[in-house]
Amino acid sequence: MGTFHDGLGDLHGITVVVETRGAITYVGRCHEENDRHVLLHDADLHDAASSATSREEYLARAARFGVFAKHRTLAVPRGEVTSIRRLGELARG
Amino acid sequence: MPYPEELVTPMREELTSIGIQELRDADEVDAFLAQKSGTTMVVINSVCGCAAGGARPGVALALGHASRPDRVGTVFAGQDLEAVARVREHLEGIPPSSPAIALFKDGELVHFVPRHWIEGRDPRTIAQDLATAFDEFCAAPSAGASGKPSGKPSGAKKS
Repeated sequence: MGTFHDGLGDLHGITVVVETRGAITYVGRCHEENDRHVLLHDADLHDAASSATSREEYLARAARFGVFAKHRTLAVPRGEVTSIRRLGELARG
Repeated sequence: MPYPEELVTPMREELTSIGIQELRDADEVDAFLAQKSGTTMVVINSVCGCAAGGARPGVALALGHASRPDRVGTVFAGQDLEAVARVREHLEGIPPSSPAIALFKDGELVHFVPRHWIEGRDPRTIAQDLATAFDEFCAAPSAGASGKPSGKPSGAKKS
């Protein structure tokens, strides 16, 4: 018997870092990933082009404490994604 | 909207049954965290699967370690809203997440385990992370001391 978690990918429910071809890095809880998008809940993003902090500084803090969820849901087009990794895999500062 | 209490009672009891003090409102949180000397751990409990499969059993395992906090309390995210909000006031600047675990020493936050360090991890890994923090910040019990940390403030009576 399946549950509503089935078929949503191995990263369902896991907080991930989604890096893209551009300057934006997303952090959020992965709902699903497929060939169309990566759908995140309770997400934040860092724009290296406009932020006062570097991407590395942002991710270091995120790895240690998490992120403030500024977006309830974010869909990142799959074509923009260059990597997805678990936030918990980043070293805590 | 909180879940029906009968659903979350077993989740509460997983922690209270091992001596962790439940903090149900802001006053109880204030009284608990007013004890600033020594080490204090607060577990932010949750209904989610990573609390059931990771955080709660991980905390239980960790509290069997030789060194451990002087006192351990718990609040329930999504259920005891006022209590959780008050705990988060003591975690200024830290994004809210649950489950989560905070360790204070002499009133200062010294170790924090946010949700993303719990999700997808097994209890032993979570317990090891906590045990490492306990070794660094907590004192080992002296000979003849009781086995479990006291969840309750000294002299307090539970109603």
